Amino acid sequence: MAEFPDHIRFLDSHEWARLEDDGTVTVGISDYAQEELGDVVFVELPELDATVTAREEAAVVESVKAASDIFAPVSGTVVAINGLLEDTPEIVNDSPFGDGWFFKVSPTDTGELSSMLSAAQYRKVCEEESH
Amino acid sequence: MPFIPHTQEDERIMLEAIGVASSESLFDEIPADLRNGQLDLTPDGMSEMTMLRLMSERASRDEIGLNFIGAGAYEHHIPSAVWDIASRGEFLTAYTPYQAEASQGTLQLIYEFQTMMSRLTAMDVANASVYDGATALAEAMLMCVRANKKSRSKRLLCAGNAHPNYIEACRTIVANQDIEIETIPWQQGTGTLDLASLDERQGDDFAGLVIAYPNFFGGLEDVDHLTNWAHGQGMLVIGVVNPMALGLLRPPGEWGDSGADIAVGDGQPLGIPIASGGPYLGYMCCRKAIVRQMPGRIVGRTTDLEGEQGFALTLQAREQHIRRAKATSNICTNQGLMATAASIYMSLLGDQGLRAVSTRCHANTALLAHKAAALDGVSQRFSGPFFHEVVIELPRHAKGVLAHMANEGILGGYYLGADPSLERCVLVNVTETKTEQDLARYVQVLAGALAS
Repeated sequence: MAEFPDHIRFLDSHEWARLEDDGTVTVGISDYAQEELGDVVFVELPELDATVTAREEAAVVESVKAASDIFAPVSGTVVAINGLLEDTPEIVNDSPFGDGWFFKVSPTDTGELSSMLSAAQYRKVCEEESH
Repeated sequence: MPFIPHTQEDERIMLEAIGVASSESLFDEIPADLRNGQLDLTPDGMSEMTMLRLMSERASRDEIGLNFIGAGAYEHHIPSAVWDIASRGEFLTAYTPYQAEASQGTLQLIYEFQTMMSRLTAMDVANASVYDGATALAEAMLMCVRANKKSRSKRLLCAGNAHPNYIEACRTIVANQDIEIETIPWQQGTGTLDLASLDERQGDDFAGLVIAYPNFFGGLEDVDHLTNWAHGQGMLVIGVVNPMALGLLRPPGEWGDSGADIAVGDGQPLGIPIASGGPYLGYMCCRKAIVRQMPGRIVGRTTDLEGEQGFALTLQAREQHIRRAKATSNICTNQGLMATAASIYMSLLGDQGLRAVSTRCHANTALLAHKAAALDGVSQRFSGPFFHEVVIELPRHAKGVLAHMANEGILGGYYLGADPSLERCVLVNVTETKTEQDLARYVQVLAGALAS
């Protein structure tokens, strides 16, 4: 059964975002999403310093059966990318909320986070999708 | 008779099962104004017997004497075994191997083709081929724009002495993605690129540089200088290379300090006959770092659950049947039969055979250029090294001379007058198929044509 941690926010397109103490927002894909995708074989990350826009494509995740766009949950500048994904993309499957994060954004408006789904709301989206 | 396996009754049952009234209504979701309607220009069908008669008559028009035209399509000797093997039913009728476990033979063949092409070009990876050299180049340009993270430009710099048909095809294909192609001029003296003109491009943002090797005139560029210059500018380097030339010349993977990034070209010289314009075989190779931007099929070797060697289509998630509009290309297929022939050709010749063929091609071309230049008023148009094509300048307009030669059973070369500065020039190709007598005959007929 997929995990839905309480302390982070979600998009209905299965990305998660977490506001860190330093004011940056970490982005990844949900546990439910990695289960649905199957073995992740490649992640195409945005460039450092790239500008991303909320709900627009920022990355691509590729599994053995699909390639999916990853949307930026918030607008801002990319301040870090997860270099581990280059050689070990499988950590997205192993640890979607931990080591398998994708990139960090310095957000222009943290208010965008509040328009995202709570864990409970997102769980509902997933339950409906799997029915 | 129509070779369609299902009967009208079968069709009726299938339509009934899915609750559709007619096959035609399966296309209802396509708006009427996008549909072509009746094909008015398509002639009525004809019987097999009539069609064969018509096509043999047309084919017989191609029967000409000695051919010295290259310009992108080259006449080489093809060992009989090539098409004897390639014409086997298993190869001839094989379709795209979606079901990997049932298509091991086809997949292995593609894998061998990829292996040979990447070794020949000294690149990391090759795909299973695309339609022809020109589309391979266009795909390489699109790939360049996607893959070049240092550049945000949608402009490409292309050798002005690349095959003019290739440049035209590329412009047609990439224009709809707002990609612009700018050309580098070639020098009147050598036919090779004007390296001094690169200074003006210093600091301009281009996604990539296209180098033709040999260039359209058969000449050899300073690929090391060009590659290093382009990399210094943050561009990716695309080499358009005649694979036959690689029997002698340094492969694109070894150009400059770090090698070209993409190598493409037409595989026709590798066992595919010249036949009224096709089919041809586009090959594409690249560095591993940008393989995810390479379109088309790629076969990988793996081991199955029992530890046995097996083959699989890999990187499929980028293709259009999964990724839809965001696929790297609409090319999802390959020139399977042509790749089969090329693989058989290369394995029959081996590296030594390939070197022998390209050496003979070059020697024959050099010999003919030398003999022709001994005629009064005839000269080699460009100085500098060439592979198996050379530009001969005549004392008068080349068109009439070529027509005269054709009447004598010799296709004397490709007329270059599309460029007004080359109206007296002919691009001559000599492959290993020509004998010393053939060359002597060429010179004799040319002398006669000039004297008339």
